[in-house]
Amino acid sequence: MSAEDFYALLGIGLFAMGLYRLVAHIEAVHRILSINVMGVGVFMVLIATAVGQPPDPVPHAMVLTGIVVAVSATAFALALTLATERAS
Amino acid sequence: MSMTLIERARIVATSIAAVALAGLLASAWLGTPETGQGLASLSAAALPDSGVSNPVTAVLLNFRAFDTLLEIAVLLVTLVAVWALGLRLPAAETLPPSTVFNSLLRLATPIVVVIAGYLLWIGAAAPGGAFQAGAVLAGVGVLLRLAGVLTLRRSVLRWLAVSGLLVFIAVGLAMLVHTGSLLNYPVASAGAWILLIETAATVSIAAILCALFVGAEPGES
Repeated sequence: MSAEDFYALLGIGLFAMGLYRLVAHIEAVHRILSINVMGVGVFMVLIATAVGQPPDPVPHAMVLTGIVVAVSATAFALALTLATERAS
Repeated sequence: MSMTLIERARIVATSIAAVALAGLLASAWLGTPETGQGLASLSAAALPDSGVSNPVTAVLLNFRAFDTLLEIAVLLVTLVAVWALGLRLPAAETLPPSTVFNSLLRLATPIVVVIAGYLLWIGAAAPGGAFQAGAVLAGVGVLLRLAGVLTLRRSVLRWLAVSGLLVFIAVGLAMLVHTGSLLNYPVASAGAWILLIETAATVSIAAILCALFVGAEPGES
């Protein structure tokens, strides 16, 4: 198995673990963290597709954009959780 | 731990489903044939005309510049959404005064600002750029916020948050007038336009990330 395959399978494993945690547990912060773990898994798969000589820069740029969007979504989800807890 | 039968069954079912999904995705990955290079050869061929020498920065700020514009817009929209929730600051949002923390900040802040400036500058040739520099700057901004040193008024923060997107759109429209298509830099000055956009974006991203950390919209005082 090449390094690229190993990386992609690790990413898929992370995605599955995050998905399990997302479905099986109820607390909001755990679920937000699980979504982040799923995102990291997807990023690893994207990076694995970029392997080559020379390495393909477009998936790298997509991952950078994805990290920023994931940070934004996490920030909003945490603020929403805080607002919900304070309102209830 | 004592769980009811329903809870135990739910966990088992979810585990089996997750493992099955992982196996399906793994077989899909391993089954795809080795096709071509993707866009690597095209990016490498266009890299000398892009104004930078780092291929990822060229893709982010030149070839796919519109995606980066929308990414900065996503950050701004997130800030607006978080402010719209109307969170109020808790009574004590700064740490209790501490000599160790303050001395660390006095040492660390100028160093981190220089690191952020370096990351911004070196983004044209090596891994770096606006987002990395903005994130580092946001880190030191959060520390300053926790120490109670950095509190911005609402008007200042609004202008800082919007400035990155405004500069990006302004450059895009200027290129539209100059070369006929949005964000299409002329080859000779592409590096300069990219640096201008990245500088504005760095400060803007740092301000937005710090404001997202705080969560509550600042007052006018």
